[in-house]
Amino acid sequence: MKKPIWLLPAALLLLSACEREKREFRPAQVSEETDEKIALSSLSAGPSPPSQQTTGKGKNFEENAYHISEGQKLYTWFNCNGCHSNGGGGSGPALMDDRWIYGGSIEHIVQTIREGRPNGMPSFRGKIPDDQVWQIAAYVRSMGRYTPKAASPARRDDMHPGPAEQRRPPAEMNPGGSIPSSAQMPQ
Amino acid sequence: MRRSVAQAFLILSTSLPAVAQQQPIPAAPPAAAPSEDGQWTMPAKNFASTRYSELDQINTENVKNLQVAFTFSTGVNKGQESSPLVVGTTMYVLSPYPNILYALDLTQPGAPLKWQYNPKPDSAAQGVACCDVVNRGPTFANGRIYFTTLDAHVVAVNAETGEEAWKTKLGDINKGETMTMAPLAVKDKVIVGISGGEYGVRGWIQALDANSGQSVWKAYSTGPDQDVKIGPNFKPFYDSDKGKDLGVSTWPPNAWEQGGGTVWGWLSYDPDLNLVYHGTGNPGPWNPNQRPGDNKWTAGIFARDADTGEARWFYQTAPHDLHDWDNINELVLLDLEWEGRPRKVLVHPGRTGFVYVIDRTTGEVLSAKPFHALTAVTGVDLKTGRIQYNSDKEPVNNRVVRDICPTAPGSKDWNPSAFSHKTGILYIPHMNMCMDWESVEPNYIAGTPYVGAEVRMFPGPGGHMGEFSAWDIKEGKELWTINERFPLWSGAMATAGDVVFYGTMDGWFKAVHARTGEVLWQFKTSSGIIGQPTTYRGPDGKQYVAILSGVGGWAGSIVSGDLDPRDGTAALGFVNAMRDLKNVTTKGGTLYVFKLP
Repeated sequence: MKKPIWLLPAALLLLSACEREKREFRPAQVSEETDEKIALSSLSAGPSPPSQQTTGKGKNFEENAYHISEGQKLYTWFNCNGCHSNGGGGSGPALMDDRWIYGGSIEHIVQTIREGRPNGMPSFRGKIPDDQVWQIAAYVRSMGRYTPKAASPARRDDMHPGPAEQRRPPAEMNPGGSIPSSAQMPQ
Repeated sequence: MRRSVAQAFLILSTSLPAVAQQQPIPAAPPAAAPSEDGQWTMPAKNFASTRYSELDQINTENVKNLQVAFTFSTGVNKGQESSPLVVGTTMYVLSPYPNILYALDLTQPGAPLKWQYNPKPDSAAQGVACCDVVNRGPTFANGRIYFTTLDAHVVAVNAETGEEAWKTKLGDINKGETMTMAPLAVKDKVIVGISGGEYGVRGWIQALDANSGQSVWKAYSTGPDQDVKIGPNFKPFYDSDKGKDLGVSTWPPNAWEQGGGTVWGWLSYDPDLNLVYHGTGNPGPWNPNQRPGDNKWTAGIFARDADTGEARWFYQTAPHDLHDWDNINELVLLDLEWEGRPRKVLVHPGRTGFVYVIDRTTGEVLSAKPFHALTAVTGVDLKTGRIQYNSDKEPVNNRVVRDICPTAPGSKDWNPSAFSHKTGILYIPHMNMCMDWESVEPNYIAGTPYVGAEVRMFPGPGGHMGEFSAWDIKEGKELWTINERFPLWSGAMATAGDVVFYGTMDGWFKAVHARTGEVLWQFKTSSGIIGQPTTYRGPDGKQYVAILSGVGGWAGSIVSGDLDPRDGTAALGFVNAMRDLKNVTTKGGTLYVFKLP
């Protein structure tokens, strides 16, 4: 009688953990790049919203603890922290807030890393394998906690810059957050 | 009547120390600080970099009546570190990136715009500017305005018409090279240096032909002697700077190629000796464990022949720099009596925490006295010239070392002090801060940062972060200090009216008594102040005071760059100390000019 009660939450934990820990052992080819049809504006010509179609890769990555934690490591290895610090920003904008100059979905972030952006973001296309770009983007999404709590990183071993991603309150996309800061277009 | 007696007493009592010394007051060499003409044609005012004006219409009595004469928007809401210049009847104002140069007509009411010049720098340059997209000012010489742009160009513009005379590209943003410094025009040359010490840039200083913009000489801060322009006439004072190719041998193999030593600060020039003085920035990367050795010729001072660039002497303020202590702060040239002998010196309040008095003919350090709370260093050995590091505070990889004072921006960063010829006092705007530091292994990827340190800063002893200090150069001590809540990131200016000016990051522009430090007048501007005050005689014969307001820079990037205060390591650790700045000021970019009624 005691056994099943004890097993039920354990089984549930195991099931959810399966998603969280899911790993693809055959990653995409280094030279491959997914084709994400995304829009940078919520406005479109005609009454229908902008036409967008994503491959679904983003959802798999940003809900997966392994990819996010790999992304956290790569974020430092590729010097992302040199400009964006641990999410608070520096010479580059903050990544843990709700302002996304070039869109905040994982597909937008992947596009930003691939293409670069005119106000100082370098283009990393061909420099970082595409799967690793997705992992970095997934980690970036975890900084503001746009990712599930269970998949987000816990406290690092390094200097404590603030509460760990996992302990941050969950965030929602803010449609007003994509305004470029006032100084970026001075003329 | 009673008031005037009290004032007379005040004047008498405050001028007593100068009388008691019975020694001549230190003074700038006349050749480097010509007599007052009512203009302000270069950021440092003169070749001696005193930032002192002989104008005295505005004095300790009437400064309380100062009022706004006119204002002007630079159109850019980033950190305004520049200095308004006045040449003849025109004022020149340079904005941060995109580095727009404005000329204002001072003969007309409200100083209307005469023209503007837009160099259209590459917007991607913003991505390799470590600490906001600032510019430290234009300079005027021979009918032209010279300035640098963020994407590493130097521009010459006709001062009368605003037409571009030449524009020379000197750096590559893809290697992290940018330019932020104010050029120095010496004779027929314009001398500039490169920024990018946080990007593994190999630093250099370069002289361009003022007429054509062509390079005349270029000297690197690292590498073989030939590249550094070290030859037979190089005679450093200390043994540790003697030897062949030290710019190579004091580094791990090839590390000097990304070794930093950028030249982004203040230059001074002694016309009598024909020597240009300049500092070199921090070695790259910040993490010192990546680069065992003294890392010549970073974090030091060079004296160079102005015509050839040939090095004459070098002094390293931070051999094997541990904490990002660039040595690019101002070098104030003074002639004074030192232990009974007249000496030609340069005075240098350094990031390391000491005010150095150095013989500018030989490079000998005469004195190095602390002006900041220190835990990371214990002193400077005057026999060897070597700074004494406290081994407890030396960075260790992957371990947080706590309570290091001063911080990465140092006791004092780029914002220049002023020297009053009348009081003999150096006025130093500086910081009072400490930090925690963890060294981590960085990767060198060209065009991205090369730092390797996690930092968080916090207020030093007393809880305030800024100090404005009057410094007695000979005694090597503070005479008085004004504490400020935020770090001081604005320059200082002294005048013959015995009024000294500076601004604060919460937006106050202050005038203080040059002898007592009493705040005589203050005005709240629209944003925080990190600029350089200047003063001039207008076409109407009256004295004016000018300052740019607009917070930013490394210290203020939390506001100018919309950084998130939840991450203490943001902006290389400055955000940890500056969380409150967002609550007291917002972005701005406004010129304020003041006059008496």
